[in-house]
Amino acid sequence: MAEQPPAAAWQQSIDLPSERGASRLVTDELLAQLGTHGWPSDEIFAIHLAAEEALVNAVVHGNRLDPAKRVRVECHVSPDVVRLEVTDEGEGFDPETVPDCTLEERLESPSGRGVMLMRSFMTRIEYNAKGNSVLLEKRRGEPPASEQSAGDQPG
Amino acid sequence: MATHQRIDVSKTGDVSVVRFQDAKILDEAAIQELGTELFALVEFDNRKAILLDFDGVEFLSSAALGKLITFDRKVKTAKGRLKMCGIAPGILEVFQVTKLNKVFDIRSDLAEGLAAF
Repeated sequence: MAEQPPAAAWQQSIDLPSERGASRLVTDELLAQLGTHGWPSDEIFAIHLAAEEALVNAVVHGNRLDPAKRVRVECHVSPDVVRLEVTDEGEGFDPETVPDCTLEERLESPSGRGVMLMRSFMTRIEYNAKGNSVLLEKRRGEPPASEQSAGDQPG
Repeated sequence: MATHQRIDVSKTGDVSVVRFQDAKILDEAAIQELGTELFALVEFDNRKAILLDFDGVEFLSSAALGKLITFDRKVKTAKGRLKMCGIAPGILEVFQVTKLNKVFDIRSDLAEGLAAF
């Protein structure tokens, strides 16, 4: 029996309004495409989680729900790689200054876990210099960014 | 008797068993409501033994984690006891990555959760 040819990569640019619940405009289609491209359910969970955190960060913390500002999302889904680039129109931030939420004194803080979850569930996460754009990448079967040695990380 | 939109509350002995109405806890407005309903269990109903049963919950975001942390604190402040059970593997991984498994009292399933009180 002939093997099924791999589904062509899905690529899309999506422009989001800066309002609560806007992430659904990306994640609904993203989840459908991950299924179409044969991603396993545990990796779909990981990608969904990271995407949700990046999108909410951009809308709420980046654009501060300003209706005049948009969030630009570039999506790429193939059977082996998922890439999402989320850019807001905010002032940006330095992800290195986000305190470690697993420190004893921070454990019970109700916020500040989004960046860590993205690092723990994606293969690669990179911010631009301004800190208003994040690139998330998941390669099927590869360990998350948080488990790679510091020497593997750029910068 | 309070009306709940986001949770379903039943009693087993002295334990209030709380289940979630949503399989995916990520909509921010829904998370706000969830927080309000959970906090009321302690602040208005004075419930002292609460088991959060995550059976059927497939997904939650870090905003939902924030509500669970605040809820856990409120229960502890009120000298109550909070336990959690029935957590799906992906969500359990979220708790482990964020080390919230050290903060929350997590049991495997409903029977173990009830037995832990």
